[in-house]
Order: sequence, then C-alpha cells, then structure tokens
Amino acid sequence: MKGKKYILAFILLLTMTVFLAACNTSDSDSTSTDSNSDSSTPSTDSNTTDNSTSSTPQVLVFGRGADSVSLDPAIVTDGESFKVTQNLFETLLNFGEQDTTIHPGLAKEWQVSDDGLTYTFQLQEGVKFHDGTDFNAEAVVKNINRWKAGTEEDFYYFNSMFKAEGADIITDVKAEGDHTVVFTLSRPQAPFLKNLAMSPFGIASPTAFEAAGDKFGDNPVGTGPFKFTEWKRNDSITIEKNADYWQEGLPKLDKVIFRSIPDNSARLNALTAGDIDLADGINPSDGKSVEGNADLQLIERPSMNIGYLGLTNTRPPFDNKLVRQAVNYAINKQAIVDAFFEGRAQVAANPMPSSISGYNEAIEPYPYDPEKAKSLLAEAGYDGKEIELWAMPVPRPYMPDGAKVAEVIQKNLEDVGIKSKIVTFEWATYLEKAKNGEADAFMLGWTGDNGDADNFIYTLLDKDNIGSNNYAYYSNDEVHDLLIKAQSETDENVRNDLYKQAQTIIHEDAPWVPLAHSTPLLAAKAGVKGFLPHPTGSDKLDNVSIE
Amino acid sequence: MLHYIGKRLLHLIPVLLGMTFIVFLIIRAIPGDPAQVILGQQATAEAIAALRQKLGLDNAWYVQYFDYLKGVFTGDLGESLRTRQSIISEVWPYLAATFELAFFAIIIAVILGVNAGIISAWFQNSWFDYLAMVIALIGVSMPIFWLGLMEQWVFSINLGWLPTSGRENVRDPITAITHFYLIDTLLQGRFDQFIVVLKHLLLPGIALATIPTAIIARMTRASMLEVMRSDFVRTARSKGQKMFIVVYKHALKNALIPVLTVVGLQTGMLLGGAILTETIFSWPGIGRYIYEAIGFRDYPVIQSGILIVAFLFVMINLIVDILYTVIDSRIKYN
Repeated sequence: MKGKKYILAFILLLTMTVFLAACNTSDSDSTSTDSNSDSSTPSTDSNTTDNSTSSTPQVLVFGRGADSVSLDPAIVTDGESFKVTQNLFETLLNFGEQDTTIHPGLAKEWQVSDDGLTYTFQLQEGVKFHDGTDFNAEAVVKNINRWKAGTEEDFYYFNSMFKAEGADIITDVKAEGDHTVVFTLSRPQAPFLKNLAMSPFGIASPTAFEAAGDKFGDNPVGTGPFKFTEWKRNDSITIEKNADYWQEGLPKLDKVIFRSIPDNSARLNALTAGDIDLADGINPSDGKSVEGNADLQLIERPSMNIGYLGLTNTRPPFDNKLVRQAVNYAINKQAIVDAFFEGRAQVAANPMPSSISGYNEAIEPYPYDPEKAKSLLAEAGYDGKEIELWAMPVPRPYMPDGAKVAEVIQKNLEDVGIKSKIVTFEWATYLEKAKNGEADAFMLGWTGDNGDADNFIYTLLDKDNIGSNNYAYYSNDEVHDLLIKAQSETDENVRNDLYKQAQTIIHEDAPWVPLAHSTPLLAAKAGVKGFLPHPTGSDKLDNVSIE
Repeated sequence: MLHYIGKRLLHLIPVLLGMTFIVFLIIRAIPGDPAQVILGQQATAEAIAALRQKLGLDNAWYVQYFDYLKGVFTGDLGESLRTRQSIISEVWPYLAATFELAFFAIIIAVILGVNAGIISAWFQNSWFDYLAMVIALIGVSMPIFWLGLMEQWVFSINLGWLPTSGRENVRDPITAITHFYLIDTLLQGRFDQFIVVLKHLLLPGIALATIPTAIIARMTRASMLEVMRSDFVRTARSKGQKMFIVVYKHALKNALIPVLTVVGLQTGMLLGGAILTETIFSWPGIGRYIYEAIGFRDYPVIQSGILIVAFLFVMINLIVDILYTVIDSRIKYN
C-alpha cells in the first residue's frame, strides 16, 4: 500500500519536526540555548572547561562578516584575516590598548640613533613559538629577510610601508647576540615604529614558514596567546589557548571560534539567540535595540576612519574649485550624521579624524549654507548639467548605508541647482571604475592602518597616489612637498606642523566633501568582559573573559 | 535504455562546453580586476601588473580559455586566485553542505507539496483547497531573505527552539569524514550531534523549500484534477474502491509525471539558487562559494563552480527522465 506509506512518512516528518523543536530543553546543545541559561549549563564540550577556573566555559564565539583569506599575516591585505592573525602572532611593538601609541611587544626596549637611521631592539627572553622553536634575534632577522626577498604582490604591506620607489628603506637587519636586533635604514622614516606594530608584521616561526612554503597560511605558527586549531572555510576558524604563553595569566579564554555570518541582521539574530557571544558590524540603526536588551552590551570601536564624497578633480564640473566648494556648502553633513549614523559619528572637517597626531583643530567643516553654494555656482558659471552621483553598494564601517545617504546628498544638491543621477555598481566594479576616474562624484572612505597622518593624507590625497588611493585625482604640488617632507621628519612637532599646513590647503582646494568619522559598533553578551576593540579593526582577545 | 543514457551523456559535452565559453566571456566582460581585488585598495599599478602576469591574466582571452579547458579535461579545475588552493581539493565541503541542505529541502517540498496538491484536488473548491492555494501563492512570492530573518526571529530568538545559523554547534564541532554531517555524526555514533545537525537544517531547509513546495503543490493539484476526471478513475470509483486508494494508488501514479519534471527542475534550481538562503543562514555551501568568488573576481572559482552546478543540473534532469520509465512503463527511450 504505497499510499499508506506516504501518509505515514508525512506524519513521521511532522512528528520529527515537533520532536526536534521540543527536545531542545532536554539536550544541552549550547548553540540553541538561551543566553540566560549559559551560566548554569556548561557546554557539552568538556575540553573547553578543563583549564577554566570558573563554571562558565571560557569559549568565545566571535561572529563577523566574512572569512579570512589566509592566516599568514605577511601576505594578506584584508581586515578579516588580521582579526585572527592578531591573536596568533605578535609584533615587535604593540599599539596601545585602544589607540596607536607605541608600546613594547616582542621587543621590550629600543633605542633610536640621533640621525634616525639605526634602531636597536632588545627582545623578550624565554619566548617560544607554538611549534617549540625559540624566538630570538635570528628569528626576527629571518622574518624580515623573508619579507624583503618577496615581491610586492607577495608581501604587499611590507613593500608598501618599507620600500620607496622599489628600494628597501630597511637596508640591513643584524642579530647582535641572541636577543638584540639592529635595523639600519636608508633614510629616516617618521612612522617606522608605528609601521612595525601593524598586524602584517607579526613574527612567524622560521622553522614553520621554511617548511610550509606557500602553505604557511593554512598552518600559521607564531608566538601569540592563541594557537591555530582548525579552519572550516567560509564557516569557522578555531584557535585555542597557548598554554605556554610568555605573559603570565594570559590568555584568559580557552578557545576562540571566529564564525562568518555575512548578513548583519542575521549576525545580530545569532547574538540575540545566544549562538554567538560577540558580533562585529552592528548596524547603527540596531544600536538602540541592543542597548535595550539587558542580556547584551553595545561596544563602540574607537573611530579611525573617514567617509567622504569624492569629487573627481579632473572632470567637469569638479575641475573648478568654486564648484567643489559649493558642493561642500550645499551638503548638510550634520543631518546625515543624525539620520544614518544615529548620531554615532562626528562631522568631518579634515581628511583624517581628530585622534591622529597632526590634526588641524583650527579648520571648521564647511557650514551648511545653500545660498553661499548657489552664489559660488553662479560665480563658477556652472552650466546646470546633470552629474552622476555614485553610491556604494555595500555597507562599510565608515558608511552604513550608501544608497540612503546618496539620496540626501542628491536632494541637497538639487536644492542649489545641481541635478544628479544616483548610480551604483557591484563593489569591485565600483572601486575599479572610480579608481579609473570614471565617476563625477563618488562616496568612499578609509580606515587607518597605523594611526599616522601619512596613512591618511598622503595615501588618499597625494599626487603620487593617483591611480591608486587618490580616487579624486587631486594633485597639488605644494601639498605634495609638505607630505614628502613630513615622511622623513623625525621631530614630532615640526612634522605635525607640516600636516596642519597641508590640511589648510586641502580644505581650501576642497577635493572632497569630508562627511563623517563614524564609530563602528559591536555587540556582545552581557557576560563578555575585557574586550577592548582596537581602532585598526584588529582586536587582541588575550584579556577577554566570560562571566 | 543504456543507449539512450549514452546518447544523453554525449549531448552533455557540447552543452557544458558552450556553457564554459559563455561564462568565461561574461565574467571577463564585467569590470573589476582580480589582481586589484587581491591586493586591496591601495595597490600600486606595478604590483597589479606583476600579479596579473603571475596569474596568467595578461594572456589573450582565448589562450586563457584553452588553458582552462585543457585543465578541465585533465581533471584540473584550476586554482583559486584568492586562496591559492586547488579548486578540486577545496570544493567538496561546500558541495556537500549544499547537497545536504538541498536534499533536505526537496524532501520537505515533495512531502508537503505533493500531499497538499493531492488533498486540494481531492477536495476541490473546499476551504482547504482555497487555503492551500493561497498559501502556495504567498510561498512563491515570498522573499527568501525576509522569510529567513523572520524564521530566526520567531523560532530562534523568541521561542529559542532552533539555532539561527551555521551547520553545527561550533562549540562542539563535528569531525568531517564525508562532509555530509548527518552521515558523519551517525558514522561516529554521535546521536546528540545528529540531532544538532538536524536542528541546524530545519530553518534553512524550510526557507529553501518554500518556493518548490508551492510550485509542486500547484503542479500536483492541476495534474491530479486532470487525472481524476479521466475514465479509469471513474471506473475505479464505480467499482466501489475507497477514495483514498483511488487517489493515492491509481490517480497519483498517473499524475506524477509532470510533478516529477517539476521536482527535477526545482532540485537543480536549489543547487544553484541557494545563495540567499546560504547567506542568511551562513551556510557554507557552493552558492556562497561562487557568490564570494564573484566579489573577488576569482575567475577560476566562478567558472568551475558554475560548471559543477550546471553538470549536476543536467545530471538530475537525466535521472528524472530515467525515472519516468520506472513510473510509467509505457515510456520507452529506444
């Protein structure tokens, strides 16, 4: 009787569905248990509780938007990869907990020669890599030589930070004894120490990278507080406590699992349901609901970014300074910040945030003044031709909703007589076309790598970077001279002054409309303690614990 | 029969070849350079040029195409530009994840859809019929994105019954053997994990099954109505057979051919069209694998991923054609 079997199967499926849903209370699957019950229900995974002193398993599940590309920090350029490698590898110097000041790392002390050309580092003693290899001066030399020998496409960040016109800035690295390393530079480099503290320059085990070759990114070995365990691509990366970590009492967690959950809303759902403990990339519009939930806490990442409206300086009508200034007057930045960043952003005046040394406090943002904009347009002889206004298709930390912000800008522009058409492309296409100078006006932004003014102003607005990061095609020789001079200036005050002068000229030239410095949001379960998000986006998790 | 299958498989070659060609041209026509994407926003022109050369992207398109074809014929689908892993070695876990989800979804869709269709036809113009067809209409037009988020909101956040996303409880990870987690957990005797995997399958399974369920229900209803008006059903009923037997034994068998066609098509669609479901439920499947490859302009992965999905689509339809002969012995392919 086929029919009966059929009905039977149907009933069976329904029963199973109900059973599965109902049996939640009887099994201790912590994935689906509510966050409230966590303190009383230990995880089924007994390994995770072994080393723990409290009853709460010290396992942190970190939900984020995308998977890592590779776990070899030297070869990657994406933030998601660094988020993991930051905890596997350590750099010679560290950034401050929530800023980019310089602190000891694998190097406990350092001296700089008066001419700024020789740096001598004293290394920590008794440190071992996860594979048992000794960390010493020789290991540092081997790492630097590995990066130096690689091509630009292999070790992108090393080439970008430590090479100028193809020549090495670090001409020599020598081990003097077991725990002293001496770097010799070809010319003084002001941000040298800050550069060394960046995630890509994590020191790797020479034994491991020599043996693994190209595959090192699948089996990363550093000295960090956590060791690599497993990578399920596009799904999760697991790292576990390095029991032999050289810093007493750290890390506090036994295990960290990085899960990729691409959709922002789904990630917040996962956090609310208790499937994950910490979620990156919370929409500003969800901030209030997180704050209203007693089981959750909202965490603000210190801002080190800029979201801007670029005006391609070589295309009409924006080849005219007066039109660019007019657009700066026409856009109501405060209204945009209030509406789309939920107030969690600062209106931008300069191309870099105020936390960066060298910021020019004297510059005020262009006020919202449509009348002034109209008169400038009239003076410029603007012909009223419609422009293309490019809106980014993806949310970025510095711009939560490009399409909606573009609509406001469109309205602001229309009010002063500039007609515009909103255009968008898929992200890779968008970047490529904007880089080629095909946009009239485009929304874009930048998150700083090392907290140095050079990493904003020179990178984004110097004529050297046209065709690279200077999407606005802004070129001013005076600015260029100031920025180049600042690169090798070692006196901090003189250097800051050079950047302030550059910002004054840039403000007058108005190559962009600086919009906002946003505060990216994260959310965590109430019990997660000690998590201090870093402005660079690479978070150290050694001090995090779960109560 | 074997002759027929052989012929169908031979036809597959030009179809897949044509497809690789079209996909190859389309993905190269879209702007966006893989070297640029790999090196990030601040890469210099020289670095990009060097990487393009290393990846073979500066060869003429036909050279690249024939290199690729040569690889495919020798069983080498190329290497991902992004992860630098061979696609053959990297694709299976994604494929298995999608298979498991699609299989689960299509079972839900067939059981619910066929039965709803039968009952609607059986009680034509009854309240059940109207209700089922309205639900089916909603099901077809429901945005999966929205449905997925609502499911999470209701079943995970408010009721706390089911996990929101993923394939497993990451705190108690599954050791993959076949990468079909339902099978793997059973092989390892972990029934607790088996239940966990089933629970993870439910929400994405339902989201993915919604559209096929609705389509299958409507097709079954239409097909059943037609069959039930036919002479042999009238004869069976006049002989005093119970309605249940008439419907499920006599009528269903004859109504099943068009339904089977729809099931075959829908299964194929599920394999390729799971991207939205896989994104909302962060399911590490082939849909997301290809989708992310598009974002990174990872040409070999896009090409090979689509090739694999197309191959499976064609194979499923071949299996459906063969099943026709099993269901209806009058159908012969000689």
